[in-house]
Amino acid sequence: MAIAQATIVLPAKSRTRLLEDERWLAFALLVPTAVLLGLFIAYPFVNGIWLSVTDTRVGVPGEFVGLKNFYKVWNDSIFRVAVWNTCWYTLVTTVFKLSLGLWLAMLLNRSFKGKAFTRAFILLPFIIPTVLSTFAWKWMFDPTFSVLNWMLFQIGFITKRVNWLGDPDLALVSVMVVNIWRGVPFYAITLLAGLQTISPELNEAAAIDGARPWQRFWHITWPLLLPVTMVVTLFSVIQTFADFQLVYVLTGGGPANATHLFATYAYQLGVGTGLLSEGAAISLAMFPILFLVVIVQLLYIRRVEVR
Amino acid sequence: MIEGAKWRRWVYFYIPITLFLVFLLFPFYWMVITTIRPDGELYRPWNAPNYAPFWTWNPTFDHIRLLFEETLFATWLWNTMLIAFVSTVISLVCGIFAGYALSRLNFPFAGSLGTGIFITYLVPQTLLFIPLADIIRNFRLGDTPWSLILTYPTFLIPFCTWLMMGYFKAIPKELEECARIDGASRLQAMLYIILPVAVPGILSAGIFAFTLSWNEFIYALVFMSSSEQKTVPVGVVSELIRGDVFYWGPLMAGALLGSIPVAIAYSFFVEHYVAGLTGSVKG
Repeated sequence: MAIAQATIVLPAKSRTRLLEDERWLAFALLVPTAVLLGLFIAYPFVNGIWLSVTDTRVGVPGEFVGLKNFYKVWNDSIFRVAVWNTCWYTLVTTVFKLSLGLWLAMLLNRSFKGKAFTRAFILLPFIIPTVLSTFAWKWMFDPTFSVLNWMLFQIGFITKRVNWLGDPDLALVSVMVVNIWRGVPFYAITLLAGLQTISPELNEAAAIDGARPWQRFWHITWPLLLPVTMVVTLFSVIQTFADFQLVYVLTGGGPANATHLFATYAYQLGVGTGLLSEGAAISLAMFPILFLVVIVQLLYIRRVEVR
Repeated sequence: MIEGAKWRRWVYFYIPITLFLVFLLFPFYWMVITTIRPDGELYRPWNAPNYAPFWTWNPTFDHIRLLFEETLFATWLWNTMLIAFVSTVISLVCGIFAGYALSRLNFPFAGSLGTGIFITYLVPQTLLFIPLADIIRNFRLGDTPWSLILTYPTFLIPFCTWLMMGYFKAIPKELEECARIDGASRLQAMLYIILPVAVPGILSAGIFAFTLSWNEFIYALVFMSSSEQKTVPVGVVSELIRGDVFYWGPLMAGALLGSIPVAIAYSFFVEHYVAGLTGSVKG
């Protein structure tokens, strides 16, 4: 069909005729994307691998040193804390974001007055630049002037002030709270879109057959929502695992390096102290896990598409 | 709707949704109230008597004034706006082209190219910022808006392509074929027939890309060094904190004013934004 048409069109200029050919047109349309992604994703990726096997510092071109950086990083106790923190941080926040997000999505899936308004406002934490809203949290967590302490004190929950970000045990929890705060709207709105594709008749039919609300959720809503849930969760896991901004603003990795994640530690070594090669090695250490998540996601999407 | 007694509706609906709203919106309220509160009220110990943290009777614009008079906040706003706008336009053009090619044209390796773009969509900025900073330095782009205008598309193009592919696939092929029978070239059919139909998708991709680039932090933090080149998030972080001293009034004013442009853009296109957000994960 396409070929037959291409021959019918009169050849005006050779350049336009080239663009009539599907392959040439596709090539022309993909060039800008390929150039930008090649220059600023593929090239830095290769460059990052090269950096991580040299001893480059800022202003000092490095020489090949093999896997020395990875060996050094592996024996670094702060790096181990960062690995542990990142995994724990991702796991805990994902569980909370998913369950709270799903709950909020179910609430929003009802019809009530001011629904559109509520939905628009709920997304604000996700829209507002993360660094800026995180500063509001940092101010709310302030050791001396914390409004959270004031509220908890008024209710009678605490008698002396809580040092939200200064206590090594509590600091990571505080960071998690902010991450959950920012992530819940994303889960809620995307899951709501999934919920809206489920026909209400299914639930009504089950209700007529005598299914309790919890049973209806577990046997109808949850299985039908699972594909959307999977994709949303995998996206969010990647973002959370590679998080930087929250920790950078709230604690800077402290107190006493207790809250570092991969990205913040890589920043501290690579940019802060100028050890480019070690910083690149730490960043790259994220890659195997991210790669695994991407593979799972690709396989899952393909399976859903085949069905 | 919840059936049964009135109290059930309160327990299962009104109370939870109110708690969600308070949890999600309180930080913004706190931002606003801190912005207009004088320093004398701001720095009172949390257990001081007569402390009314949720209101102020002496609103002031001192913090905002300080922001504009003693820092380059207006410049940062302008920089952020310019960079977000230009990188969004570049990404939209690339995304529309690539999305059209991948969804409509037959050519070798189309499938693997699509997968490749999807994978770059999932590469976080924190994975590449160190080698990328090295490359930016070598290209002599450091500390210029170009370093961000050219690198932001790396996380915007894959998303735009992905979204546009979905939109193009939904447009019936016959529409294009009619135009081609009437003598339009492939490029003309794409520009004059398909693009107008895909406008909602383009708006969604555009508004989503704009908010993403307004939000970007780590590239701007690493690539920009002089004060007059900074974007709002980086400027606020690096210039309103001196050593251990946080200027909370101006900081909150900066956070508030830095959020307003993106909030306005969002409020005009809420529906498109939501479509973009849900489209970005559905594929």
